[in-house]
Amino acid sequence: MTTLTEELDQITAKVQQEQQAAGDRINVCVAAGCLSLHSDAVQRALEEEAKKTGARCAVRGVGCMGLCSAGPVVSHESAASNSDEQAARLYGGVQSEHAPQLIASLQGEPVTKLAISRQLPFFTRQTKVVLENSGRINPESIDEYIATGGYRALMHALNEMTPAEVVQEISASGLRGRGGAGYPTGLKWATVARVAGAPKYVICNADEGDPGAFMDRSVLEGDPHRVLEGMILAAYAVGASQGYIYLRAEYPLAVKRLGIAIREAKRMGLLGNDIGGTRMSLNLEIRLGAGAFVCGEETALIASIEGHRGTPHPRPPYPAESGLWGSPTLINNVETYANVPPILQRGSAWYAALGTAKSKGTKVFALSGKVRHTGLIEVPMGMTLREIIFDIGGGVAEGHTFKAVQTGGPSGGCIPESLLDIPVDYDSLTQAGSIMGSGGMIVMDDSSCMVNVARFFMEFCMSESCGKCIPCRAGTAQMYGLLTRITEGTATHRELDLLIRLCEMVGATSLCGLGQTAPNPVLSTLRYFKHEYLAHIEDKHCPAGVCDCAASIAEVAR
Amino acid sequence: MMATLTRPQLPSTDKRWMIVQGTMRKHGYSRNALIETLHTVQQSFGFLDKDAIRFVAASLQIPPSQAYGVATFYHLFQLRPPGRHTCQICLGTACYINGAERLMGHAEKQLGIQAGETTPDGEVSLLAVRCVGSCSFAPVSIFDEQIHSYSKVEALDAQLKAWTQP
Repeated sequence: MTTLTEELDQITAKVQQEQQAAGDRINVCVAAGCLSLHSDAVQRALEEEAKKTGARCAVRGVGCMGLCSAGPVVSHESAASNSDEQAARLYGGVQSEHAPQLIASLQGEPVTKLAISRQLPFFTRQTKVVLENSGRINPESIDEYIATGGYRALMHALNEMTPAEVVQEISASGLRGRGGAGYPTGLKWATVARVAGAPKYVICNADEGDPGAFMDRSVLEGDPHRVLEGMILAAYAVGASQGYIYLRAEYPLAVKRLGIAIREAKRMGLLGNDIGGTRMSLNLEIRLGAGAFVCGEETALIASIEGHRGTPHPRPPYPAESGLWGSPTLINNVETYANVPPILQRGSAWYAALGTAKSKGTKVFALSGKVRHTGLIEVPMGMTLREIIFDIGGGVAEGHTFKAVQTGGPSGGCIPESLLDIPVDYDSLTQAGSIMGSGGMIVMDDSSCMVNVARFFMEFCMSESCGKCIPCRAGTAQMYGLLTRITEGTATHRELDLLIRLCEMVGATSLCGLGQTAPNPVLSTLRYFKHEYLAHIEDKHCPAGVCDCAASIAEVAR
Repeated sequence: MMATLTRPQLPSTDKRWMIVQGTMRKHGYSRNALIETLHTVQQSFGFLDKDAIRFVAASLQIPPSQAYGVATFYHLFQLRPPGRHTCQICLGTACYINGAERLMGHAEKQLGIQAGETTPDGEVSLLAVRCVGSCSFAPVSIFDEQIHSYSKVEALDAQLKAWTQP
């Protein structure tokens, strides 16, 4: 009888053989972004053209390749170059009518008018760990994941390591939670492993609710098995036998691909009972969110899986001790789990060498807003904001000047030009009045009014407040009202003082992270852009020309 | 005397109720299947009406108040029938700073309704969504199931006219 490890090796050999036989690989991005630009039609056109001309190539749909602003993106890996990503040709803005040219170019020169240079800082400055397979494998095929070395870390851990050794390895890597708060992952795992009680649960928080964040979506759509492998490893480490992936219903494609991944993993015996012939068992189920931002908070998320309204409860007890149905529960975010297989495969020392002293590894960011190259990037911790925005992102559009970058979503803040040289790590961003957050990074230029932006986030928090605690429920509504009056040019200094006092009160007394951090966008814009607030209050003028103070005042006078 | 476990009768002979029942059966009529079941109702019928909520609550032995509380808590659940067409405009951060508010204002004016409402003739529902994760193509709008990147007022206008004019 062949063991599962041998089976994985056979599959790897088979996939490599098939790829050799098929010739060149043409990868078409069919992640949600490019798909919205009709990359599925491009894929069909390329397939038909290849069939018609009998070209020796395989056309495949793959996950996000990163440079979304150049979408739909297509890459061409020649059979000879094997798996060297840098050698692959990259094309942007590909339409169906380009199919004949692309197929004809396989053996010759690249199609210059569509080519994107691999030498762009956008590509050369990145370090890919979590995204190493994204855009290179078919996310709906477990075989392709296995062929990249997938599920080997799991088999190695199950056969050669004790659960305690797995926890130890994660602790040594220095990995911190990628959901935003940055709690040391190894410490969390050790706590759940230590707590007595059965059953234990593992949960994957895939309720990526921060507006402006699409990292988790891209990982789930581009490389779902990596997340599953990370979760199975976590379950082994803490002794869990049941797991849930709490996924936003707003991401139908991620739901579909994750469902396929779970089915295929079960079929292979990588999920279910007696995984790989060991005594380890794990059942995984998807639970769909229903559009509530607060469910990203872990206790609210647990309430939602239990079928209740997603309202948080005070901690302690932490989920590690009393979580889902009162049982010890490990809850990590998508990107955290996605970091686990490479850490176990390449060792904690390798991982700890990436990043800074206190923030190890890489971080995936979703770069969007008023920046030239938007998309998904992965950089080592400690890179400066300036490098990310101006080197990788290419800076703001011509004729405009950079004003601020927003990180951490509604819980984060706006960082001004003067602080762009701070390194991107958990502690530096917190010091600057923002947070790392889950990785949304939205660039704003001179056309954005910072008071209006603060008001936008407050409106978001107000409408997403679950209503359980008064500081958040009533406080966000009052702060929204005050911010509205400021943008209308009808507020006085007294109201600004009241706003500041409310910010402090809501931050200090709210029950969960949503309310505690809701004042951050206001406080950070007040810290760096107070002159904009004062212009609205004293001069009844919006420096960015966004708020129509005069019209609002006239309206009030009537 | 033990409570008898009689499940309520299906509200009508509509076959879609069988699908709803299937979801509950799959979860062993567990109370924590409430949200999953409401998802199925909405997928099958397009929205949750009071009969549906009552039926699901009774089947899962949950107080109707609790089921109603869950149905109204989550933004995705609709308690009114949707229009024939749905226009969703993303108001996430990236879309917002790229002018999504203008798009929404235009749609509201054009349709004569507020976000979250359906035109009186039942043709178009207008919804504000909070980030669909396509921030690179902001502002984004979704006409029925189709995502439109880099939305412009003109394109929005054309789509709304196509839907509302015979």
